[in-house]
Parts: sequence; structure tokens; C-alpha cells
Amino acid sequence: MHGPILILVEHLKGEIADITYEMLGIGRKLADDLKVPLHSIVFGKDGESIASHLGSADLVFALNNPQMDIPSPDVASNILKSLIEQKAYSLVLIGGTNVSTGIGPKLSFRSSLPFINFCKNIFVKDGIVCFTSQLFGGKILSDISVRGNGGIISIYPGSFPSSAGKSDKKPPIEILDIPLEETKVVFKQYIEPEAGDVDITKQDVLVSVGRGISNADNIAMAEELATILGGAVCASRPVIDQGWLPLSRQVGKSGMTVKPKLYFSLGVSGAPEHTEGMKDSGLILAINTDPNAPIFSVAHYGICADLFDIIPPLTEKLKT
Amino acid sequence: MDIVVFLKMVPDVIEELSIADTGKSLDTQFLRMKLNDPDDYSLEEALILKEKYGGTVTVVAMEASEVDEVLYTALAKGADRIVKIPGDWTNIQAPGIAKLLASYFSSTNHQLGTDTLVLLGSQAIDDLEGEVAPYLSEILGTPYIGVITGISLDAEKKKVNVIKEFAGGLRGEFELPLPAVIGIQAAEKPPRYVPVAKVRSIMKTAKIDIVDIIPPDIAPAISIEKMFIPEVGGKAKMLEGPPEQISSQVIELLKEIGIIRR
Ligand SMILES: Cc1cc2nc3c(=O)[nH]c(=O)nc-3n(C[C@H](O)[C@H](O)[C@H](O)COP(=O)(O)OP(=O)(O)OC[C@H]3O[C@@H](n4cnc5c(N)ncnc54)[C@H](O)[C@@H]3O)c2cc1C
Ligand SMILES: Nc1ncnc2c1ncn2[C@@H]1O[C@H](COP(=O)(O)O)[C@@H](O)[C@H]1O
Repeated sequence: MHGPILILVEHLKGEIADITYEMLGIGRKLADDLKVPLHSIVFGKDGESIASHLGSADLVFALNNPQMDIPSPDVASNILKSLIEQKAYSLVLIGGTNVSTGIGPKLSFRSSLPFINFCKNIFVKDGIVCFTSQLFGGKILSDISVRGNGGIISIYPGSFPSSAGKSDKKPPIEILDIPLEETKVVFKQYIEPEAGDVDITKQDVLVSVGRGISNADNIAMAEELATILGGAVCASRPVIDQGWLPLSRQVGKSGMTVKPKLYFSLGVSGAPEHTEGMKDSGLILAINTDPNAPIFSVAHYGICADLFDIIPPLTEKLKT
Repeated sequence: MDIVVFLKMVPDVIEELSIADTGKSLDTQFLRMKLNDPDDYSLEEALILKEKYGGTVTVVAMEASEVDEVLYTALAKGADRIVKIPGDWTNIQAPGIAKLLASYFSSTNHQLGTDTLVLLGSQAIDDLEGEVAPYLSEILGTPYIGVITGISLDAEKKKVNVIKEFAGGLRGEFELPLPAVIGIQAAEKPPRYVPVAKVRSIMKTAKIDIVDIIPPDIAPAISIEKMFIPEVGGKAKMLEGPPEQISSQVIELLKEIGIIRR
């Protein structure tokens, strides 16, 4: 017999994160298939008002506490653990995001439920819940079964449609009044994104460079192309971490989410942490030497070639 | 500061990956291993901290293919001690790894002190049972935080200040007491370069400390039923031909969506 399902609601600075609706959508479907209730829990000072937007759940617990706006993995996993004990949840869905990292493994350690990472799909087959996770930056998928038919599942962002989790209904809300333990990890302050020279979220055209650009000097080539097309250059994480471009140009999970009319990607492999931030762009054009690069599964048009063979002649042609 | 860095080798995904005949794991025959990306940064962050505040950097890795070179490179970059835990660790999962790494501290090798900072990579690309760092902090009973891109020390208070990444460029500052376990995402600076010649010469003189640890008895909680390569290129329409011809096709597309004038 399967127990009910619990979703850990994620929000940042008062805004409900998309991953929350993704989880509510798939959670609703699983709950209906398994004929079990779907619950969710929200932490933070606006807990109750956030809870009122989560109509896809059958019941929402709200813990109104400003200390929990950014949930400490220690405190969060203790609260979740006692809820699991009370309600016998079989599945707990948590966002595979920077905000929630650490909660799943800690909860798994403290409860008897296993933890599954990088989950892209969950489905019920013959009454058994099955999972598909991605590995190796999206290059491999694996079907997984779990001892005991339940677990704490880290949902990879962008795996499920968020529209399926939205509902106009008002869910029943139960306020949790639990005294919080002290956390040793103290939140001090937010550091707002540095205002860069250009705001890549406002560009119609982005030329995106990845590690395939090889070195800082080659960025000029991408800059020239971007200028001709009336746009700007953005980049994947390794390019930023190398210091070749400022942080304000990073696209992806930890960077910006962009939706330009044209996203022209040069030497980017298309790891899910990157595509999360650009997959909804109007036209995605990608150059990569590797025919199996995952970027070709999000791009509309692909060019399997060396970018240094393509960009210079293309730029010349555009100039004339 | 007593800084301990755990390094992990992972398959290099730039290489083509193929599935073994069992259909349940990677074909290791042509697999090239490399240091997990975030680990390169956690080593760098450790070296930066040592330069700023003094102390020692101990680098610990479990045995894996090509790990020796990575350890010697760490030494060449400025680490003080390199340690290898021998064994065949192909099937061990995150909870087991965490238990094993925790034992490193419980032995007489290296006690966890009030100035110990344990750095791990935030997350590796092959970790189905996910994230060693939080598991390790559970076992060691220390505070933990992950996705960190910068650390500074308040020596008097025996605390560290850390910068954590959220999303959309938003970051947060946190404070936590030592000893602590931290998952590193990036360092303040890109990893330093060390000439191969220097690594080679260190290999001749230096020694890797071998620390034997009895493998923990933890059965994996999940099992892989099937591994497969997702359909790629399923979506993109590929433009083919010599560069000249590709350029023309690209220009046509740009005209179609109105980026350049017809
Ligand atoms: C918590 C977390 C957060 C992250 N956040 C982000 C994020 O916000 N943004 C982000 O981008 N990543 C992020 N990452 C990292 C992400 O997982 C990938 O490692 C990263 O996106 C890879 O960048 P890349 O594609 O440039 O490099 P690689 O994966 O190294 O790919 C380089 C590509 O270039 C191709 N190439 C090489 N030479 C050429 C050439 N001459 N011509 C054409 N193609 C060539 C190669 O075939 C390869 O596909 C995050 C990871 C984690 C764990
Ligand atoms: N086998 C290992 N040997 C040493 N360190 C490891 C090992 N596995 C994981 N780690 C550490 O834990 C981090 C996170 O890895 P993972 O939990 O596998 O995603 C890595 O970046 C390493 O710092």
C-alpha cells in the first residue's frame, strides 16, 4: 500500500518558484493514479499567503516563520521528518535547486526513505512507482527502482510542465505551530545580482559561448557577431568561472533565465543546468563538434562543426 | 586553519559515453576520468584560504583511475598532504561514501578540530543517491551549507562567512561555526595552472599517504534497472554542407525571424 505524497514548496523572495508548480503537477497525477492524498508544506514568513496559491494540493501545511524564508537544511529536515512519521508519506518531492540543496539527503539520513537525485520522470507501473533520472550532465538516463517503493525525490527543474500544477482553487490550509530549533547556519543578507553593463534578459539576440570557445581572446569573435546581429554575448558557467566574462552574463540554473528571439549557442554542451535558463528562447541555433551534444535536443537548428570554421565566414557574409 | 578537501573522479562527459552490455552501467572500457569540476574549485578555494589565513591543506581521495596524477597536481599547486583511500569503490553510493569519508576523521589520522573546514564539491554528475556533503555533515555532526562560491574566515569567532548562490544571479551571505562541511560550487578565482613539468618532478620526490579504511556496510537503496542514451538531435534540424553553405542557411533563418533585413 502506498502512503500519501508530500511536496516541499519552494519560493524565493516572496515569489513561488516554477519548480513548485512542476512538482504539484506531477504530484497531482501520481496521487490520482495511486489514489492517495497530495499534501504540500510551505516554510517562511508569508507561508499562509503562499499556501493559498497551491490549489492542486489536497492540504497545505504552512509554517509562518521568517527564520524559514530560506530553509536551513537541518531545521527543514527535522520538521519534514516528524511530518513523515505522523502522516506516513511514501513520496516526498523536493526541488533539485540551489535553494533546496542538502535538505533531501539530510532528510533521507534521518528518516528511512532513500534519496533519489536528478529525477526527470516518475510514473506508476503495475502499482509500483518508477523513476527516471538523468546522469552525466544529461548524457545518460536511467530507470530506477527503489527498495520499499518510496523515497525522497529531488526533481530536476524543467522536467515537468508547471502549468499542470496551477489551480484557481483555494486549498485547505493547516497552520503548523512548531517551535523551531536554532540553526548554526545563520542567514545574514541577500546579495543582489551585480548590475552588469548589459542586461542579457532584455536582449532580442544572444550569442552564447561555452567552453568550446577555448580562451578569453576568442570571445571577441562572438562579440563581433553579436554586435552585427544587434545583441549581446552571454555564456555558460565555465566561461564565467574562468573570469572571461562577468557573472551578469551567465545563463542557467545559477545565472539568468533568458528568452531572446535568437539564441545562438557556440561550443556549449547543453548541460541541463544551462538549458534550464534558455530552453524557451524563440529560435535556438547551436554549433557543436559533438553530434551527441545534448544542446541538439533543445536547439531548433544544429550545426555539427567546429565553431571556428563557421563563425568567421558567417560574420564576413553578414557584414556585406 | 585545518582545511580538508575531498576530491572525486568522474567520467569525462566530453567523451562519448556508451552503455555496458548489462544495460545497467557505463561501459568503462573507453571511459576517461577527470576531476569533478566543482572539486577543482574547492581545491582552489582551499589554497586561497591557506594563502590568506595560514594553515594546512590536506587533500583526500578514494582510489579511482587516474587519481594519483590529480593528487600530485594538488600537491604541486600548494597542498600540504595528499591522501588516498585504497579499494575498489565502483559500486559505492553517496551514503556509503559519506560514511567512509567520515571514518577518515575518526581514525587517528586526522581529528576534526575547532579550526577544521571540510570542503567538498557541491554535487557530482554521477551521483544518483545524491550529495555526499550533507550526509557527511550528518555523520560528523557539523553544520553544513552547499552551493558556495566564496569563503572568508573570522578567526576570532572561529566562524566562516560564506556566499551561496540561489538563482537568477541572486546570492546570499551566511555565517557558520567551525568545524563545518561546505559544498563548493565555484571559487573566487579560476583554478590555478601548474606546469606539467612541476607535477612530474613532484611525483618523483613526494609520496601519497595511504590510509586504509574498512568499507562501510551499506547496501544501495536504489537499483538501476536500465541505463540508456536519450534521443538527441531528435529535435534540432541539422544544417549541413561546407561553411559557406551553412552561412547562407543561417542567414536565411535570421531573415525569416526578422533579426536581419531581407
Ligand atoms: C548546482 C549547479 C549549478 C550550475 N549552474 C549553471 C549555470 O547557471 N549555467 C551553466 O551554464 N552551467 C551551470 N552549471 C554547470 C553545468 O552543469 C555544465 O557543467 C556547464 O553548463 C557546461 O558548460 P559548457 O557547455 O560551456 O562546457 P562543456 O560541457 O565542457 O562543453 C563544451 C562543448 O563545446 C564543444 N566544443 C569544443 N570545441 C568546440 C569547437 N571548436 N566548436 C564547436 N564546439 C566545440 C564540445 O563538444 C562540448 O560539447 C551548474 C552546475 C551545477 C552542479
Ligand atoms: N569517491 C569519493 N572520493 C572523494 N570525495 C568524494 C567521493 N565522492 C564524493 N566525494 C566528494 O563529495 C562531493 C559531492 O559528490 P557527490 O555527492 O557524489 O555528488 C564531490 O565533489 C567530492 O568532493
